[in-house]
Amino acid sequence: MKTSWRILRRNPRALLGFVILLGFGLMATIGPYLIKLDEDQNFAERFQAPSLSHLMGTDYVGRDVFAQIIYGSRDVLIVAVLAAILTILIGVFIGAISGLAGGPLDTTLMMLVNVILTVPSFPLMLIIASMFKVTNPISYALLLAIWSWGGLARAVRSQILSLKKREFIEAARVLGLPAGHIIFRQLLPNITPYLAINFISIMRHAITASVGIMMLGLVPYSSSNWGMMLNLAVFQSGAVYTPSAIFYLLAPITAICLFQLGGIFFAHGLDELMNPRLRS
Amino acid sequence: MQIIKRIGIAVMTLLLVTGLTFVLVHNMPGDVFEVIAYRIAQQQSITYEEALQQARAIIHYDPNVPLLTQFTEYAGGLLRGDLGKSVIFQQPVNKIVAEAVPWTVFVLSVSLLISFVIGTLAGMVMAWKRKTFLDPIVTTISSVTDAIPDYVTALLLMVIFAVNLRWFPTKGAYSSSTIPGFNLPFIISVMKHGALPIFVYILQGFGGWALLMKGSAVSVLGEDYIMAARARGLKERRIITNYLGRNALLPSVTALAMSLGGMLGGSVLVETVYAYPGLGWFFGQAVSMRDYGLMQGLFFLTATAVITANLLADLIYSRLDPRIRTGE
Repeated sequence: MKTSWRILRRNPRALLGFVILLGFGLMATIGPYLIKLDEDQNFAERFQAPSLSHLMGTDYVGRDVFAQIIYGSRDVLIVAVLAAILTILIGVFIGAISGLAGGPLDTTLMMLVNVILTVPSFPLMLIIASMFKVTNPISYALLLAIWSWGGLARAVRSQILSLKKREFIEAARVLGLPAGHIIFRQLLPNITPYLAINFISIMRHAITASVGIMMLGLVPYSSSNWGMMLNLAVFQSGAVYTPSAIFYLLAPITAICLFQLGGIFFAHGLDELMNPRLRS
Repeated sequence: MQIIKRIGIAVMTLLLVTGLTFVLVHNMPGDVFEVIAYRIAQQQSITYEEALQQARAIIHYDPNVPLLTQFTEYAGGLLRGDLGKSVIFQQPVNKIVAEAVPWTVFVLSVSLLISFVIGTLAGMVMAWKRKTFLDPIVTTISSVTDAIPDYVTALLLMVIFAVNLRWFPTKGAYSSSTIPGFNLPFIISVMKHGALPIFVYILQGFGGWALLMKGSAVSVLGEDYIMAARARGLKERRIITNYLGRNALLPSVTALAMSLGGMLGGSVLVETVYAYPGLGWFFGQAVSMRDYGLMQGLFFLTATAVITANLLADLIYSRLDPRIRTGE
């Protein structure tokens, strides 16, 4: 814990990333308790510029944009975290089986991974989203994860393959330790740092994809999701063409970009933290 | 042997995609047919039963026919180059594709070419000169474009340059006041409408090409033959083009081939933001209006293009680089 703080402090970019992500985390967890989401429509106050009563202005029917961003962050982050967990679970499962089993099972699984990596994922997600009713964060996360684990599975497989040949695994085998012990106590802890770094980048991609899908008007289960806000602003209410509505449009855009940037910055620091060889 | 194996894998992937789209449409929720049938019944004022028949014919789906027959019919249509029918546009998918492909290809090939050339040159300079003014610029651009999703860039550029400054139009591929053909007003209109999407793709692609080229050029610079060329006192220009350039370009060329294939999918979100009538826009329309025939056809086309491009990239790579010709 102490070393991680020291490394973070020496790397201002990673620290900034950490602060941004922490801010989003707090916003999503505590935010909705502090601020009330007022769904009442008030046409007299539509497209207002930021003021003390509306920190980010108002939307096309006069609702507070700031509150929507806060409630949206909970939505967006829950989906992204769930999607990252699912992606990693599937990726590690398939990659580990493939790397451990070898033989025809390995060949078949890697062929499947090949297919997953070749077939364009975003159009496929759109097709699936249009066929099944996605009504809650869990099914949305599943939709985002189902075609995204290919790269991870391949990387996990090659890590397992190289770990398998190391001395400490050989030693554990010679000692006659059970397979479960070798897998969960020896192999998996060695790939955890890799997974931790990937967790953030998978979350970033899940946010890009989920907001994009919602922006198209699919999966409309939550009205304050950033993607839904963009959909309403761009395709439904014509806010794009209204100069005074610029803050309504910029609010979700800024939120997305800020999160992405925070993720990128923090991942660099995490890289250094998990990989002592990178420390100077 | 390698080539045959690769082609085999590509064909298998294609078969799997065919199967996948078939299964997806086969498992389509029942009410979708009703929705489509109602729509047809209203549009053509025929009975619901007739409309339901028509809806099934359009999506190549009739629950009363055995599964295998259904699949062979579907695959047979694809083999004859028949991508199916669109319910919303009441047209064969082939016709829609023929209309949409030129726009997508125009915007994406222009932007791909520009970002590839500028990015690759920048990467080369960065590797050769070390520590130039380019490094911080390229690194910043690539991490910023990595952070900002392409549809957000598209939205921002539209708000700034089309809505507020009014330099460019906000939607469409050309102004309806011009007559399509080889005349100046039409060409200018096409350029103006394509400018913002093209710029979005250039911004998104540039950093990647520069970093890819820099990485491979730096590793080539460490090779013995570069040192040997330098020791022989060859001209700098000759080392750069013949020794460094040719060898360092390999990964970029392969990636370019793959991007060309991915191009046909277009970008659903960017094209939708600009209402640019390319393949991506039609796909977005198909998805939001639940036009399964169009969705299926366009998805098959995209997947085929990507698979073919990957195969080509593999083949190009093994032709250009003799080192990987023998083994995996």
